[in-house]
Amino acid sequence: MTIQKKPAANKNLDSIRKTIANHKRHDFIFASLGTLVIASLTITLLILFLDLVIDGYPRFNLDFFSNFPSRRAARAGILSAWIGSSLVLLVTFFVAVPLGITSGVYLEEYAKKNWFSDLIEINVSNLAGVPSIIYGLLALGLFVYSFGLGQSILTAGLTLALLMLPIVIVSTREAIRSIPVHIREAAYAVGATKWQVCRNHVIPYSYGGILTGVIIGMARAIGETAPVITIGALTFIAFLPPSPIGLEPPFLNFEWLESGFTVLPIQMFNWISRPQHAFHINAAATGAVIIMLTLLMNGFAIKLRYNIRKKIKW
Amino acid sequence: MVKKITTNKKNHNEIIKAESKNLNFFYADGTQALNGVTLPVYENKITALIGPSGCGKSTFLRCFNRMHDLYPGNRYDGQIILQPDNTNILSDGVDPIEVRMRISMVFQKPNPFPKSIYENVAYGLRVRGESNKRTLDEKVEEALKGASLWSEVKDRLQDLAFNLSGGQQQRLCIARALATEPEIMLFDEPTSALDPIATMNIEELMSELKQKLSILIVTHNMQQAARISDYTAYMYLGKLVEFDATNQIFTNPSKKETEDYITGKFG
Amino acid sequence: MNSETDLIISPRLAKNFRRNLMERIIEFGLLCSGLVAIFITLAIVYVLVSEAIPFFQHVSIKDFLTDTVWTPNYSIKHYGILPLISGTLTTTGIALIVAVPLGTITAIYLSEFASHKVREIIKPILELLVGVPTVVFGYFALMLVTPMLQKIYPDLTTFNMLGPGIVMGIMIVPYIASVAEDSMRAVPMSMREGAYAMGATRFQTAIRVITPAAISGIVAAYILAISRAVGETMIVAIAAGQQPNFTFNPVESAATITSYIVSVALGDLEHDGIGYQSIFAAGLTLLIMTLLINILGHAVRKKYAERY
Repeated sequence: MTIQKKPAANKNLDSIRKTIANHKRHDFIFASLGTLVIASLTITLLILFLDLVIDGYPRFNLDFFSNFPSRRAARAGILSAWIGSSLVLLVTFFVAVPLGITSGVYLEEYAKKNWFSDLIEINVSNLAGVPSIIYGLLALGLFVYSFGLGQSILTAGLTLALLMLPIVIVSTREAIRSIPVHIREAAYAVGATKWQVCRNHVIPYSYGGILTGVIIGMARAIGETAPVITIGALTFIAFLPPSPIGLEPPFLNFEWLESGFTVLPIQMFNWISRPQHAFHINAAATGAVIIMLTLLMNGFAIKLRYNIRKKIKW
Repeated sequence: MVKKITTNKKNHNEIIKAESKNLNFFYADGTQALNGVTLPVYENKITALIGPSGCGKSTFLRCFNRMHDLYPGNRYDGQIILQPDNTNILSDGVDPIEVRMRISMVFQKPNPFPKSIYENVAYGLRVRGESNKRTLDEKVEEALKGASLWSEVKDRLQDLAFNLSGGQQQRLCIARALATEPEIMLFDEPTSALDPIATMNIEELMSELKQKLSILIVTHNMQQAARISDYTAYMYLGKLVEFDATNQIFTNPSKKETEDYITGKFG
Repeated sequence: MNSETDLIISPRLAKNFRRNLMERIIEFGLLCSGLVAIFITLAIVYVLVSEAIPFFQHVSIKDFLTDTVWTPNYSIKHYGILPLISGTLTTTGIALIVAVPLGTITAIYLSEFASHKVREIIKPILELLVGVPTVVFGYFALMLVTPMLQKIYPDLTTFNMLGPGIVMGIMIVPYIASVAEDSMRAVPMSMREGAYAMGATRFQTAIRVITPAAISGIVAAYILAISRAVGETMIVAIAAGQQPNFTFNPVESAATITSYIVSVALGDLEHDGIGYQSIFAAGLTLLIMTLLINILGHAVRKKYAERY
């Protein structure tokens, strides 16, 4: 009987070996596929960047940055666009950051866990998923017309601030959550009030995480086109908004907030929408500038977050 | 009026600084962590709380500075009377901030703020509104001296607190707690994370400190309780089993449970 | 139960009125900040609905939902939303065909196959891809992808739905990859060890053990992707042409709900005309679609959520 079993046992062993080899092959195929996909994604990012740089190359000179747009493609520049972007982002920053941080602090430190705070949380995560053009419609109806702010830098700044808000709120909350309980208890134990604990400990220790979120939010705001078009940013402007800083007292003015304007991505959109190839070169050059800014900012934020994670010294 | 409570009818002829009366405590999920605990804290004495894990000693300690208020849902039932105010510090009319300014705490794991040594000690004063630099300097120095840390850090007050060793950090935390001139200091297993030499330093420190204030210390380490405390309370499952002068508890406990714990028969 | 020690509060321990008042004021201020999110949601609904109501007084809902021509700004006006919806669905569909396989493969590879160092490099790259502005992707679609497609299929018009659809897919891959990968990494190591101990390969473990365990997160990733694709504006505005066209044929040009809104905003419109109101009606439709997708996503996640 033992002799009869042997060949059967061998046969089983063979088929098992075959099956294992098969499975290993599948494993290998998938691993190769995965590597291929990932490599393609990385290469795509590179191609995007290089394509813009190569296509836009003829325009990379100082004039491009200091000229207004013009009907002659070779002379058209992005002066009004990058100044417009800077001013709009200034408004966005000063609205979204304080609002986002205080909102995040309230939700993490003060709000009691009940249906009401749940409602706020649901809202924040919902808003993060709303298409950006809807924010544009909101701004058009509310800021431009109902509030009478017009198609201005102020409106654009507020709109982008609304877009950026969920990002700042979420990063603030996560940064606060990573502060260990015993630091808070030590502060309370010494007789600090809730606000003192927030102001002297919770918020300062969260700066790193908050900053990361702010940078990512600003990078997104630079590239947002749809909502800004919707509120009526001009696509061809050959003037600059009034400067915020003047030479006579009171040195700072706010007229620029009411001015018409354009921003970098809209300028790019305007140029790419034209049939003449010469304008496409301009579009590429603008795109190169935009993508360089966003890559730098996002890259910086990623590095910052990495550093913070490594430096934890609680 | 006086409910049936566990014991301590022996009059030790001491001044009472604070005492708990029939204290019950319930966590937010409903579990009862303290059951009718009545215990005096005598002035200028060290009172130790011993007992196995989960017996409620840390919970009891944290009632004294209203730490439980930080987590919604917790409930105190009973009283802790503070003298000379003769006021129940657990009552609603009492401001927990005021309590914490007079009763301070040192935690199990040293938890200095991620700030400089100076700022750590000065923080308690700053939250009180003290901003005069000279006053702050003086009080910081006094507190650091009181914590036996001054000579080691006087030249580097602006250094980050994290650069200190574990034992130094804990003494820094003690200085931080001292800066506000508290009347009672609560120690929650203060040396369990430290090496023997650092432990010894802190135990010596506590013996000095008791001349100025009253100390309530929770410790897992019975030998430590025997070494430094004047009075000891043995707790088990949220109840106070026995309270007496330390040498009585350790040489001639009146309850069998106390004796079993002390001799290591269980725990 | 007693007494005097409760009623008489020594002044040194009593509540400090001024300090408590300050704390209350600050808390109120912070509360107002916290409420902003709710206000924004309410404002969005209010603006869209209030501008859409006059539109629907002029156009019947039946026409809106069934007419296959959308020309609110021409002399002969039609108000059927179907062409915009077909454009949205077609481009989204193409995007998903590209993104779902690529994104899922990436997620599985990163979670189950890749070494720690590879993950440390690739995850930031994915994040950088997420940060690329959509105008740039639009440029890419028009200037690089469509010409490439035209080499394969020379009859392809410059404006079509295939190019932007594919590019949208590429744009969405990092979203799917990172959410799905996070959800897979959350599956406890013990499950993997159980599978490996039985002689399973990484591939088998990934497909038969990890993916089912992480399915709720993976589905969430897909829902996020759909949401993102439906709401995308610039890629389509640049590369698909802006002519509403009721068709599901990818080689034709078309407009989506989003690109329509942009094309109108680029022109000049009187504040109260039907043209102006039509963009809010379109926006409302988009919002409802996004909401339904999110609710669906929530329901599916709850149904498949695993507790480890």
